[in-house]
Amino acid sequence: MMLRALTYAILSFGSIITIFPFVWMLSTSLKSAREATAPALTLIPDAWRWRNFADAFQAAPFATYFYNTFIVAGTVMAAVVVTSLLAGYALSRLQFRGRGVVFAFLLATMMVPFEVTLIPNFLLIRDLGWYNTYAALIVPWCANAFSIFLVRQAFLTLPMDFFEAARVDGCGHLRFLTWIAAPLIRPTMVTIALFAFLGSYNSLLWPIIVTNDENMRLIQYGLTVFWSEAGVQLNLLMCASTIVIVPTVALYFAAQRNFLESSLNAGIKG
Amino acid sequence: MHPALTLGIAIVAVALLLATRASARRALDATLEWCDVQLARFERRPIIIAGMLLAVPVTLVTVFSFFPLLYAVYISLFDTRRGTYIALGNYHRALADPEFWRSVKVTLYYAIGAVPLTIVLSFVVAWLLFRITRFRSLFRTVYFLPYVTSAVAAATVWRVLLRPQSGFVNVMLVSVGLEPQKWLIEPRSVFHLITGGAIPADVGPSLALCCIIAFDIWHSSGFMIVVFLAGLSAIPRQLEETARLDGASTFGVVRYVTIPLLSPTIFFLVIVSAIKSFQAFNSFYALVNARGEDTQNLIVYIYAQFYENQHIGYGASIAVIMCVAIVLLTIAQWRIAGRQVYYE
Repeated sequence: MMLRALTYAILSFGSIITIFPFVWMLSTSLKSAREATAPALTLIPDAWRWRNFADAFQAAPFATYFYNTFIVAGTVMAAVVVTSLLAGYALSRLQFRGRGVVFAFLLATMMVPFEVTLIPNFLLIRDLGWYNTYAALIVPWCANAFSIFLVRQAFLTLPMDFFEAARVDGCGHLRFLTWIAAPLIRPTMVTIALFAFLGSYNSLLWPIIVTNDENMRLIQYGLTVFWSEAGVQLNLLMCASTIVIVPTVALYFAAQRNFLESSLNAGIKG
Repeated sequence: MHPALTLGIAIVAVALLLATRASARRALDATLEWCDVQLARFERRPIIIAGMLLAVPVTLVTVFSFFPLLYAVYISLFDTRRGTYIALGNYHRALADPEFWRSVKVTLYYAIGAVPLTIVLSFVVAWLLFRITRFRSLFRTVYFLPYVTSAVAAATVWRVLLRPQSGFVNVMLVSVGLEPQKWLIEPRSVFHLITGGAIPADVGPSLALCCIIAFDIWHSSGFMIVVFLAGLSAIPRQLEETARLDGASTFGVVRYVTIPLLSPTIFFLVIVSAIKSFQAFNSFYALVNARGEDTQNLIVYIYAQFYENQHIGYGASIAVIMCVAIVLLTIAQWRIAGRQVYYE
């Protein structure tokens, strides 16, 4: 009994520390400029200034940033889902010579650290004439070995009988893949889609390197610019952070039902 | 076109698509069926079908992950500012460059600080979470939350909390009678600060670097907790119960049953987070603007070579050195720890 109370106490303490920065962010975002900079420990603002959010949204071109970011992250997410399904299917359900080689090659590319690819990819993008375009932000991220790997592992857990039955009924590869196989591995699909979106939405270094046009700026870099501009008020800064955080948190809550941790475990056990 | 207008059009388009879901589905099905009919012609030769399915993904991975590896090695052999071939000149320069070695030191401090602490903390939280029934999913959601928020936005909040003047943390410290600190702009080593100056200020990680480490532990342990929870739920219940009946203490069960059975998960997380710790950039950029010698890790140094000095060849040579180091480190981990891993 004591032990259980202690467990809950430790976990509660940990979660308060974990959540505190977010609480502080929301609280500061609703304070007045003077209250936000005052050396006080109060969490409840004197007056709840919801107007701050409107002011922050006006203070920088956040609409443009969001527009760019959603185009990029949405496209990357859709593309990763399609490419991973196709490759994962071919590598798990088709028998052909060289399958092992292709799979080993993909696994090996997972080991390549991304900083090595940074400069060569920049030069490639520049030579393709993609500097300052959506293509530069999207195309390099449209397929990755890790997602292909997760989909392949998930497909391998499905009984082969499904496939045979579908074939006997005259269902082709792509229709089987789309209407039968993909829905069966829904948690894996949700996981790779969520990670693809988060990775793209939260990316900072790559967008800085392949764009310099203000109209191509994505939300993360936009936030750092907003912060470094002189005279930004702390309450508006916290509003901006909240605005940046809300979409991914909302997406996480929406996906949570389908986001099973078991799908992350696919690669670990023999 | 005005972004708001385009966004509006996009929303209308999605709404239309949702409203006509059934017909959209039929159209997609018809398209897929047409493709399937084309594919069916090669039914005798699956390699052609596989080639078609794999063409786009494998091309993308080759062009943007594999080819750059070779290209980086090639670029690193040139003085890109003069456009001349200098063989291993960049590598010689790196090995004699004190700034390079300082970045190596910062990278190692970061890895040594962040990797073990994150893993131990995540394991403890996951193990505690696994023992409770009520509120488990609530706690799990809370702990996972930092991971889904962007490092830049979360770092902005941390910067506000850690402000030297009237930041929340310093106000707290002062109110309990402790000295306020400079946190993110403190270049002196933590050992120097703790010992009151007995250890020189440039020995050990700076306080600013420790703040970055703390931030990344906070930001990334949610992912590890979730992976640990998955690992824990895969352990057969009877094993722990049997050990318990045989008189093992709670600690004994953890030490001799849980951890060995969890070793594949731990091993996976150590390898992944060691590699990740070499690539930390966002937190460095967002917390300290990628400035300051005491918080310049290797990737920030590469970024500076590329962005500020326009020294692409030199940056590429550092990247190649790092890549070799990561591969060697991973092989060493396989060799040393791999033997301890218990696979069922």
